[in-house]
Amino acid sequence: MPDTSHLFTSLPTWQWQLLLAVPLIPLVGYVIQIFWGKHLPRQGDWLLTAGMGVVMCITVYMFFIARGHSSGEGYFIAESLRDGFGWDWLHRARPQAEGLSLPTGLMYDGLGAAMLAVVGVVSFFVHLFSTGYMKGDRRYHIFFANISLFTFAMLGLVLSDNILFLFIFWELMGLMSYLLIGHFSQDPTSHRIRQAAAACKKAFMTTRVGDTCLLFGMAMFYFLLPEHFNELVEQGKIHADKIGGTFNFTLLWQRASMVVEANGGAYPIWMTTAGLFIFGGTVGKSAQFPLHIWLPDAMEGPTPVSAMIHAATMVAAGVFLLGRTFPLMSPTVLAVVAAVGGFTALFAATIGCTVFDIKGVLAYSTISQLGFMVASIGCGALGLVAGLFHMVTHAFFKSCLFLSAGSVIHGCHHEQDMRKMGGLRKKMPITFACMLICSLSISGMPLFAGFYSKDRIIAAAFGGLSLNFNGGTFAATVFLPLAACLTTFYMFRLIFMTFFGEPRDHHVDEHAHESPWNMTVAISVLATLGLFGGYFWLMHPTSPLGAHGTWFTEMVDWRTMYPGVDLTRTNLAGMAASVPHAAAHGGSALHEAGAAAEHLAHFYHGFNPHVTAMIASLAVLLIGIALAVQMYLRRKWNPAKVTGALGEGYVWVANKYYIDEAVQATVIRGTIGLAAIQRWIDENIVDGLVLTVGRIGKALGFFSAWFDKHVVDGLVNLVGGLTQAFGSIARLFQSGRIQQYVSFAVAGGILVAAFHLLT
Amino acid sequence: MDSFTVLNHSSILAWITFIPLIGMAAVLCVPRTNMSVIKGITYVATFVPLVLATVVYFGYDTNFQGYQYAQEVPWIKLGSFEVFWRVGIDGLSLPLVWLTTILLLVAVPASESVPRLSKAYYALLLLLEVGILGVFISLDYFLFYVFWEVMLLPMYFLIGIWGGPQREYAAIKFFLYTLAGSVLMLVALVAMYLDQGTFSIPQMMAIGKAGGWTGPSLLGMTFTTWVFWFLFIAFAIKIPSFPFHTWLPDAHVQAPTPISVILAGILLKLGGYGLIRACFPIVPHAFTDFAFALGVLGVISIVYGAYVALGQSDFKRMVAYSSVSHMGFVLLGMAALTEFGMKGAALQMFNHGTSSAACFLVVGVIYDRAHHRDLNAFGGVAQPMPRYWALSTVAFFASLGLPGMAGFVSEALTLVGSFQSADTRFQILVLISCLGVVLTAAYILWALQRVFLGPLNEKYKDYKDITGREIFSLAPLLFLCIFLGIFPFYLLDWMDIGVKDLMSILLLGK
Repeated sequence: MPDTSHLFTSLPTWQWQLLLAVPLIPLVGYVIQIFWGKHLPRQGDWLLTAGMGVVMCITVYMFFIARGHSSGEGYFIAESLRDGFGWDWLHRARPQAEGLSLPTGLMYDGLGAAMLAVVGVVSFFVHLFSTGYMKGDRRYHIFFANISLFTFAMLGLVLSDNILFLFIFWELMGLMSYLLIGHFSQDPTSHRIRQAAAACKKAFMTTRVGDTCLLFGMAMFYFLLPEHFNELVEQGKIHADKIGGTFNFTLLWQRASMVVEANGGAYPIWMTTAGLFIFGGTVGKSAQFPLHIWLPDAMEGPTPVSAMIHAATMVAAGVFLLGRTFPLMSPTVLAVVAAVGGFTALFAATIGCTVFDIKGVLAYSTISQLGFMVASIGCGALGLVAGLFHMVTHAFFKSCLFLSAGSVIHGCHHEQDMRKMGGLRKKMPITFACMLICSLSISGMPLFAGFYSKDRIIAAAFGGLSLNFNGGTFAATVFLPLAACLTTFYMFRLIFMTFFGEPRDHHVDEHAHESPWNMTVAISVLATLGLFGGYFWLMHPTSPLGAHGTWFTEMVDWRTMYPGVDLTRTNLAGMAASVPHAAAHGGSALHEAGAAAEHLAHFYHGFNPHVTAMIASLAVLLIGIALAVQMYLRRKWNPAKVTGALGEGYVWVANKYYIDEAVQATVIRGTIGLAAIQRWIDENIVDGLVLTVGRIGKALGFFSAWFDKHVVDGLVNLVGGLTQAFGSIARLFQSGRIQQYVSFAVAGGILVAAFHLLT
Repeated sequence: MDSFTVLNHSSILAWITFIPLIGMAAVLCVPRTNMSVIKGITYVATFVPLVLATVVYFGYDTNFQGYQYAQEVPWIKLGSFEVFWRVGIDGLSLPLVWLTTILLLVAVPASESVPRLSKAYYALLLLLEVGILGVFISLDYFLFYVFWEVMLLPMYFLIGIWGGPQREYAAIKFFLYTLAGSVLMLVALVAMYLDQGTFSIPQMMAIGKAGGWTGPSLLGMTFTTWVFWFLFIAFAIKIPSFPFHTWLPDAHVQAPTPISVILAGILLKLGGYGLIRACFPIVPHAFTDFAFALGVLGVISIVYGAYVALGQSDFKRMVAYSSVSHMGFVLLGMAALTEFGMKGAALQMFNHGTSSAACFLVVGVIYDRAHHRDLNAFGGVAQPMPRYWALSTVAFFASLGLPGMAGFVSEALTLVGSFQSADTRFQILVLISCLGVVLTAAYILWALQRVFLGPLNEKYKDYKDITGREIFSLAPLLFLCIFLGIFPFYLLDWMDIGVKDLMSILLLGK
């Protein structure tokens, strides 16, 4: 096995300790809060918020450390196990035990650093926002405890160095999501208590389907990878020692790519299957079609929860997972990923245009944006970086949008229907400004953060299509620009309906007021990030690959993300047959990859997808805004008439394509029906058999008793009776009279004599 | 002491086993009106074994291959017929001994709510502990069988006298079903004794490993096959595996809460433990022949149990069927014949012991207040009882196998280990059992929703939150569920050598 240890960076122990503190601070906060939170001043919110402030500072500080290590040329990836900082999860007292062991540590690389900082920043401001938004809630301290434990899980997930621990935190987030969506399901003052109870269950169940797929995919990699690897070693196609199973990311990347390279760039079928199972986890967690149904319902949770869990962090974990497992994904899997993502992006955007609930719009928008990221990753290595960058920018502007919506809801006394709002921009100027900035950002307005990432994604889709035409890249190319157009439309529809025009509901308007400082500060900062966050990306939009000196592309570069893996030989090679290997052998992997990438860039210049993409994205942006202006600001086109003109199609979309109903009618009813049938079988057939055996035993017992009484005992009695009868007859002769005995004797003598005489 | 490898000799296991018996004798001497003294004695008689078992646990040498804290004393001798008091523990039995002592201690405070509580109840409870502990420490098959029967009787009375309305039916069903299994075990036991003339379990393992059973074939099946199926059915009834499981829901529903706790927490483990101690390694060749069939039974138990649990409207019955489903993992993991699978199964036994016991305690808490268990008649109970909701969430998510909790480690090891099996058909079984994982989430979340969430049913608005006594029972179990989820090596290290030893016997049979 080639030695790749020189590609890893070593971090000093104090930095590892600092990173370990990042998830531990919210965990400790949770423990304090759950036991004593109620009795602390202000129910402990300040404690957790301050803790999150510390976490934010550490993550940002560590981000700069990571930035310092990334030069754009070399790798930056550090594993704590390599620095002697870690533990074996399954063994402690017997470290020498073979077989069952799972060394576990932290992993810190460019992607991890970016994600960790995003989570740290967004979490802190969501905590801050919550101190205002949740004021007066009946379970205030529990809310803070839960959101803190959620943060712990998310930070732990980002730092995990193996997929099993990623999965553990992944599920723990699922639990916290369940509890937080169901926050109002225990609040008698809430008028949506029943819906909240149903929504939290639905969320956990739906994601559980995906999670189980993920678990199965992990198991496949754990066992089939070494099996296949060792087979190739035996055949002499890989020159390395035999290996055992592993969950460790870096080892998985290297070994998988070695297997693929030994196969001549072809992915074995099992790897495609396993990759699809792993993608199943993303489909569940990142709410991709058809498992997207839980996310709109999850809006039953408090708005800060929607901002943090269901927009910025947890749902992005599915995309993060794709980033972490990208080298394991075969081109077939990537085509599926692109197709699912592209379809979801457009599909959710259409629904988003018909929803009137302000949070509902944002929920469908989130699904759609996650579709962008997923589709982008499906389009290959360039799309991978773009998708991950969109994950970052989206975290900023979408959390801001949700919190601003929360601010609106808070100001309007928990009114969420946009049809009752209107003209709020004067009463809530800060909220309006923040929401406008972030709407422009998500729409892809140049110079706003969303522009950089979304434009990249569309370029990646175009590029992917031109390199390798398949269903996935085709779907992404066709659907994503359309979805981008609809994104602009529904966001400005939201802005115009909420903040412009005349107040539509007197009652709501009367109550409307700007939110307190802790909420406005939070949304202002996030809006700032939503505006400027894009500058982490490169500043040279015309050279897609050659940029240096910028932040994100240096920290998250597909050539250096996966040490020891040459994506041009695996994923990318599979997608671009026209890209020859730059150098056959020799030279560092990075150099080869770089050369191949240069070649790719050269290829791009013939048909520059970026320019096309920029033209396309600007065009759709303008169309979207124009439509929204016509319909909702200037009201030239009456929305009611437009929807009327769309007819059945509109009804279909407005009812969310009846997917919930279909799932209810098939999956849920089917499962419950099967359960009822099996219960019946169990009670009547399985247990019936047991009872029948019992009854037969009992019947045999009764029969035996009868038999015993009447036959066995009857025989005994018969014998006894016969004896008795015989005795009674014999008794007649036992009279005791001598005369009688003598006469019997004489008679007998005569009989004997007669017998002799006659014969 | 030449029949098996032993690290150290000690009478501590005898003390652990018989202190409850001494306690029972003491309880019987106290006048029945003096309940506080009776309870005090019971607490002491269950607490001391826990302390001793903990001492043994941490004194155990995890690197030694063989039995520890062993003792061998002749017991019955009639000519060549010899039975020994032959005891000892290894990594497979030690965790279960410890689990037994903790669950019995937990059951004592939980018994407070049992109606018609009397002196006899506590005496029988202590006798039950003797029987269970005896089974776990026995290394002599005759002794094993004796303790197995000792355990049966108190359980029958505890369900039959202190149970619910249909207690007699449930108790008789339980008793007869288990007895049927015992008879099969006895037949196999006698046959094996007549064949090789020993009751020593280590010796029987050695014979099995060497393929030394020489008994006659019967009806076209070899001697070892007969022995295997007789023993397997005896233990499968106890696990309980589909299709021998129907005694379980009835027994659970009728049993009082602490007895359900013991039933689910330990008695079911006797089945799984019996398989790995007294069935598979004794006839390893027969076992490997039928391993796939056992795996199929395990998967049926997992999926079928989960479906039936989903179809229940009785809270306790649902938890009972969840036991069928969860114990299916034990069978699946064992049948896969891999180290991962076997460890997962052994771990699952312990973890199910804590999580299902906690679930039954949770059900008991609400039953004591509502006096019914109809899932559809609850609603919003979390509002008057927030602490109860919090603890129940932990218990049920532990049962659901949430990562970070103990059940996940064992289920994941089982699934991963089964996937690894040399028999590739197991990969399909794993895929099917994944359905069980999803269904488990479904019935648990649905139950939680119906009982705790949503609008409050007015009937329940004055309910008192969970009391200190109830928390006292529940807390140690929940602690274990979380602690072992984060630090699974506190069990896995102990099991390591035992499992490897077992695997070396079983794989030689291949």
